[in-house]
Amino acid sequence: MKAATSPCPRAVRRAFAMRWRLLRSALAILAAAAATALQAIEIVIQEGWDSPYKIAVAPFAGPPLRDGPGPVAPVQIADIVAFDLMRSGQFDSLPGDSMLSHPATPDEVHFRDWRILGMDYLVIGSARQAESGDVTVIYHLFDISAEREIFSSFLTVPQTAIRDAAHRISDAVYEQVTGIRGAFSTKILYVLVENPGTPQASYQLKIADTDGERATTVFRSDQPILSPSWAPDSRRVAYVTFETGRSTIVVQDLDRGTRERVAAYPGTNGAPMFSPDGAKLAMSLSRDGNAEIYIKDLESGELRRVTRRPSAIDTEPIWTADGGSVIFTSDRGGSPRIYRKDLTTAVVERLTFEGDYNARPRLLPDGLKLIYVHRANNVYRIAWQDLERGTARLLTETSLDESPSIAPNGTMMIYATREHGQGILAVVSIDSRVKYILPSAAGDVREPAWSPFIDALPPPSE
Amino acid sequence: MTPNASKTLVVAVVAVAAGVLLAGCRSAPRVDYPTVEPTPSVRPSRPPAVVEERRPVSRADREGNPLDSTGQPLGRVFYFEFDQARLSERDLRTLAVHAAYLRDFRDRQVFIEGHCDERGTREYNLALGERRAQAVQRYLVSAGVRAGQLQTISYGEERPEDAGNDERAWARNRRAVMVYR
Repeated sequence: MKAATSPCPRAVRRAFAMRWRLLRSALAILAAAAATALQAIEIVIQEGWDSPYKIAVAPFAGPPLRDGPGPVAPVQIADIVAFDLMRSGQFDSLPGDSMLSHPATPDEVHFRDWRILGMDYLVIGSARQAESGDVTVIYHLFDISAEREIFSSFLTVPQTAIRDAAHRISDAVYEQVTGIRGAFSTKILYVLVENPGTPQASYQLKIADTDGERATTVFRSDQPILSPSWAPDSRRVAYVTFETGRSTIVVQDLDRGTRERVAAYPGTNGAPMFSPDGAKLAMSLSRDGNAEIYIKDLESGELRRVTRRPSAIDTEPIWTADGGSVIFTSDRGGSPRIYRKDLTTAVVERLTFEGDYNARPRLLPDGLKLIYVHRANNVYRIAWQDLERGTARLLTETSLDESPSIAPNGTMMIYATREHGQGILAVVSIDSRVKYILPSAAGDVREPAWSPFIDALPPPSE
Repeated sequence: MTPNASKTLVVAVVAVAAGVLLAGCRSAPRVDYPTVEPTPSVRPSRPPAVVEERRPVSRADREGNPLDSTGQPLGRVFYFEFDQARLSERDLRTLAVHAAYLRDFRDRQVFIEGHCDERGTREYNLALGERRAQAVQRYLVSAGVRAGQLQTISYGEERPEDAGNDERAWARNRRAVMVYR
C-alpha cells in the first residue's frame, strides 16, 4: 500500500481536511482488501473532489457469497459498491465499522443514525442464493436529508457473476445521484509484459474489471502485442501482434475465442480501430510505401485508402461518432499533429497546435472534446482540448504518459505511465480532480483500452 | 550452415594481421588483400569470389556478417536523432561498404530493422521505425543493391537495445539494424 502522495495545496481544501483523512483511511481498508485477492492491481487515490457526496453502503445481508469453487474469499457486494463509487472521486464512502447500524431492509433504516454521521446517501441490500447457485440481490438507495427511499431494484445473476451484479448496483446508484450513466460494469483491455526489454519478454492481452479484479488473459505471445481496441459491441477486440514475425492486425471474438488476421500486408500493419457500427476497421498500413490510413470492410474485405501523403506518417485513426470522419496523427506538417479528414468531402483539417508533438487522439463521447498525447519541453503528458472553443489544458502531470482511453460515460480517462521504471496504468477524471493508479505486481502494464458500455448481464442459469 | 573451422581460423589470423599492419603503419596507403578464400565461411559451397582492386570487402565473418577493409566486423547498427530518420555521413560510408558486399553476393538477404526510443506513442513509433529502416533500404538500393535482397521491418519501441529510461538509453534505442540472413 502506498500512501497518498498528493498534497491538498489550495486553501479551499483545508476545510475538508477531516473528510480527506476519512477518505484516505477508508480507502486504505478497501484497497488492502482488493490487494489480498488474487489480483495484480492495487489502487491508490491521489486526489479527489473538494466536496464529494457522502455515502454509506451498509454490508448486504445474506449468506457468504463465493463466485467460484475452491477457497476463495466471499464476495462483499457492499465493499465493491463503496469502492466503485469512491474511485469516481465524486463519492466519499463510509467504512462499515464506522456505521452505527447495519440495516438490511427499509424498515430497519433510522435516518437519524446516518444524519449524525453526515451522510447524504445510504445504500442497503440483501442477497440470497438459490440451489442452482444463482444469486438474487435486492437493494435500496435512500436520500438521508429528504428521509426517503429514492430508488430500489433487484437482479438475479449466476454465481460467477456476483461481481457483475455489484458493479450494476454501483452504476445505478451513481446514475441516480449524479444523473450520469455509471461505467463501473465496463472492462479494461490492456497489455501485460513480463520481463520487458529482455529476450525473455512475454506478452499477454488481458481484460479486467475497472477495479482491477478478475483479470483474464485472452491472448499470449512471446512477440509484442500492441494497440488493443474494442468493437462497439464489446464482444470483439482488435490488436497488433508480431506472432508471425511481422506486424499483423488480428480481430478476436471474445465469446468464441476465434482469431482472424484482417491485415497482414507487406510493411507495417497497425493502429486498428472499429467503426461505430462495428462493420469496418480503420488502420494504418505501409503497404504502399509509407504509413497511410486505410479502412477495411470486415464483411467484404474491401480495402479503402483514406490518406495520400507519400512522405508523411499517418497513423492512429479514430472515428467520429457518426462514422463520417476519421481523426488521426500525421507529421505532414513537420511534427506529429492531430488532423481530421471528412470521408465524404475529403476535406482535411488540422485540429491541434499546442506544444511540439500531438498524437494518439481520442474523442470524448460528446464528440466535442479531444484527448491526445502531448509533448512540450521534452515531457509527455495527456492533453484535453475543446474542439469548439479551441481551449486546451493538461490532464496529467507525470512525464511519459501515453495511450489515453476514455470511459464510455466520458467522466474518466485511463492511460499508461511509468513509476519507478515500471509501466503502470493510471486513471484521471476528465475534470482532472481525481487520480488513482493501478500498478502491476509483475511486469509492465500498458496500452489500456476502456470498453464501451456493456448492456447485458450474464443470464441466470435457470 | 557448417563453418569450415580451419578456413575461418585462417581468415581470422589474416584479419588480425591486417589490423596490426594497419595500426602499425598509418601512412601505408593500402593494405594488400590476402589471397586466402574471401568467401564467407558460412557458405563453403559458393565458388570463391574474385577480389578486385579497390573492392574493399568481399568477406564475411562466421555469422555471415561482412567485414570491413581492416577485417573488423562492419557496423550494422545506425543511430538516429529524436523523431528523425536521417543517416549520418559516417553511416553512409559504412553502408557503401555493405552495398559493395551485397552487389558481390546477390544471394545474400538482409532484414533491416527499424527501432525507436520509448518516448512518443507506440503506433507513431512503429511508423517512425519503419521510416528509419527505409532510409537504410533506400540508400542501399540507390547504391545498386537489388531491392529483392532487402526487407524492412519496424519494431517501433517494442525491442529496446537498452532497457533504461534515460537519454543514454534512448540514444541507443533509436536505431536501424542490418541483420544478414
